[in-house]
Amino acid sequence: MTDQDRTERSPWADAVLAATLFAVDPAGIVGIAMRSLPGFARERWLATLKSLLPSDAPVRRLPLHISDSRLLGGLDLAATLRAGRPIAERGILAETDGGVLLVAMAERVSAGTAARLAAVLDNGGVVIERDGIAIDTPTRFGIVALDEGMTDDEQPPTALADRLAFRLNFEGVSAEPPAEDAATAGDVAAARARLAAVTAPDDVIEALCGTALSLGVWSIRAPLLALAVARAHAALAGRSEIAKEDAAVAARLVLAPRATRLPLPPPEEEPPPPDEQQQDDQPPPDGKNEEQQNVEDRPLEDMILEAAKAAIPAGILEQLRLAGRIKPRQPSTGRAGHLQKTKLRGRPAGVRRGEPRSGGARLNVVETLRAAAPWQPLRRRERAMSGGPERSARVEVRKDDFRITRFKQRTETATIFVVDASGSAALHRLAEAKGAVELLLAECYVRRDQVAMVSFRGKAAELLLPPTRSLVRAKRNLAGLPGGGGTPLACGLDLAIALGDQIRRKGQTPFVILLTDGSANIARDGSPGRPKAEEDALASARALRAAGITALLVDTAPHPRPLARKIAAEMDAMYLPLPYADAAAISGAVKAVSPPRESLAG
Amino acid sequence: MALVFPFSAIVGQDEIKLALLIAAVDPSVGGVLAFGDRGTGKSTAVRALAQLLPKMKVVVGCPYGCEPGRPAPACEHCRGLDESKVKSRQVQVPVVDLPLGATEDRVVGALDLERALTQGVKAFEPGLLARAHRGFLYIDEANLLEDHLVDLLLDVAASGENVVEREGISIRHPARFVLVGTGNPEEGELRPQLLDRFGLSVEVRTPEDLATRIEVVRRRDAFERDPEAFVAKWKKEDDKLRRRILAARERLPEVKVPDATLESAAKLCMGLGTDGLRGELTLIRAARGLAALEGDATVGDKHLKRVAPSALRHRLRRNPLDEAGSTVRVERALAEHFGA
Repeated sequence: MTDQDRTERSPWADAVLAATLFAVDPAGIVGIAMRSLPGFARERWLATLKSLLPSDAPVRRLPLHISDSRLLGGLDLAATLRAGRPIAERGILAETDGGVLLVAMAERVSAGTAARLAAVLDNGGVVIERDGIAIDTPTRFGIVALDEGMTDDEQPPTALADRLAFRLNFEGVSAEPPAEDAATAGDVAAARARLAAVTAPDDVIEALCGTALSLGVWSIRAPLLALAVARAHAALAGRSEIAKEDAAVAARLVLAPRATRLPLPPPEEEPPPPDEQQQDDQPPPDGKNEEQQNVEDRPLEDMILEAAKAAIPAGILEQLRLAGRIKPRQPSTGRAGHLQKTKLRGRPAGVRRGEPRSGGARLNVVETLRAAAPWQPLRRRERAMSGGPERSARVEVRKDDFRITRFKQRTETATIFVVDASGSAALHRLAEAKGAVELLLAECYVRRDQVAMVSFRGKAAELLLPPTRSLVRAKRNLAGLPGGGGTPLACGLDLAIALGDQIRRKGQTPFVILLTDGSANIARDGSPGRPKAEEDALASARALRAAGITALLVDTAPHPRPLARKIAAEMDAMYLPLPYADAAAISGAVKAVSPPRESLAG
Repeated sequence: MALVFPFSAIVGQDEIKLALLIAAVDPSVGGVLAFGDRGTGKSTAVRALAQLLPKMKVVVGCPYGCEPGRPAPACEHCRGLDESKVKSRQVQVPVVDLPLGATEDRVVGALDLERALTQGVKAFEPGLLARAHRGFLYIDEANLLEDHLVDLLLDVAASGENVVEREGISIRHPARFVLVGTGNPEEGELRPQLLDRFGLSVEVRTPEDLATRIEVVRRRDAFERDPEAFVAKWKKEDDKLRRRILAARERLPEVKVPDATLESAAKLCMGLGTDGLRGELTLIRAARGLAALEGDATVGDKHLKRVAPSALRHRLRRNPLDEAGSTVRVERALAEHFGA
């Protein structure tokens, strides 16, 4: 397969190549993020991957809402009861040692699960300190993250994505018959044997680092992963040293999909983004790029906001926005409350003595067993003396021993700022809205509420800040904001509704704050004209009410006009004229009117 | 045990390395918190520290690893011992990992299930806190730690003692450790109370210059391909660093802090409006630790300047409208005070 890269490559062929390289070195390449809905192509690809792995390599599927005891391991209760002494049970991760873990619906994996996976990957072992058991099991495996996200907001957690070498996108890709020179399991096995002996010349390392830097790939893991991929490719080709073509493949498959910018200025050696890739017979970037050492280290968002937008192809821009996207964390702090439904949901918050029947609380078997354990000999004697049955249960559990797990769950609030960025007042308004976002975040980060920001101007609305509770991130995303242009109020509201819906599906409560003067003049379809625009805005306002989203309209017009009030009425929103809205006033108003905090249950 | 990347082979990341070394010289500075970009080797540095630390003496048989001659007041094992008969041995300083998904019983210690099940004996099985006594407790992804565990840690870190009241067990044992946390600020902020427990806080950035990045990749690659050879190659450097820590520890009590330095520190903290005295105290201790490491006899402004960002940046009152990050604010204040 030496010269295979010279031929034109389809996404399918790339995906198969990625699978092959991954099969050569699952632990080094760590994994593949595969963005695709379930379908024939994905199944075929997975089957191909499995056929390339050694026959004894375990392939395990990680269910989405796996408990820690299954994920990491813990006390095997059945065996413990049978044996009368504690028996540890391995979790899925330890069972996958030497194989591949399929992470289903990776875009919905929680930050907690991702961090656990990351820890195992980093330590090369599963360290458990659970249920009275402390074990360190050396474990190495590769991960295939099956990402079924459909919108940009649905992404696997970055903690996980950052560690996976390949990012494949199967949208619109169909399976192709295997190529004639396709690698076989035998080739893979031979490459595996060769892998350790493959050396990396300095210029390859330098080239991969240089390319990563000029493509704006900051994570230092990326060049390391690229190096692992290049090594696997060399091993597959039967080379004992990584060659240029190996590095080129690695740059194309690992670095290009992570690019956050086009090289400045674009040196010829840089691999173009994959969707434009026709040939890849360019030599890999060699050390020549060192002039680029002093690449501009301007923050990314300047690039997005100021100029580069038009210059960057869609594929790259998409990646830009995905960079740093974070899954919301599970809620965890707050007051004790009495929401019935949360008795069984949320995160465990300690264990207490109690009846499992009361209110459907969940029995914590391990803790119950633990409570019962010390009394066993005594109880057995007791039973024998009172003439009970000869062969009693191995472990006698009584009512006093019952322990129930308490769960905490709170409905978080996610405040969506919808900011009118049109016209001349835009900059001021945006700056104040941004200030309010930061104030709110700073004040409520202990409560872990989230804030998002949508702006509308010109002909469309834009999500400036996806829901986040990170002040760092908000600052970065909001560092430079464009303003001016028409007022597509309807578009802004539509985006807010969509976002509100998304937030609700995550189990949070959306709260919309609209900052506008209400003078809509761009219709939903982007056409100018006041009457149509106002009509659309009112329709969107009604839709917002129908969606049941609580809202506040802050009228920022110097002389409030009736239209804004009317929109507020249609939205069933509180109306607040604040002609000189400043950050503190806005955040004060928001705090005053935001929906009552639902509390957590115990 | 798998080999870990040697401490002295870590490229760059001077701030976190210095903070860890200071904590190794003088545990009383409080813990070290490293927040920053992904993949920058935060965890690598902490794990490498474990290999670097000089060994310590413990009382043979003490489940909490008390120091011979200076048993912790809360230690039940050492309390009644006859000092002259105490046997001691050298052990590795514990750097205990608090893995995500750890359950409370393993953290604080609980009834020994094995003995309870097989013998029906009520015995206490010490947890991670006991193991970390006199060493380091490391929390990776500190901001993802369960809240009830955070509460627990806060309490123990403040008192230096772990009080266990579970399953009819009632026990108190010493648990004095240096808390080391790492995390990514994008995953959410840390609770202010937990933040305050860390003496030093460092920001870890991805190196952006090519030469450094190449060196990182090169060393990492060399390590992964042949860990034994790589560790052997760096052993000398690590040994040197270890001797430096030992020398600094011996020197530490003699390092003088002149009044002028105290005044400088106080002015700096006042100028920054840090809450409470903890900032000042940490600043002085860290500067003293640094002076000891550098072999200096007195603490001067140059020491203050180097440790001030780590000692103070997480203690500033938050002003969200101030564009400048807290690091910049500390640096600004430093420039004002020292005219640098």
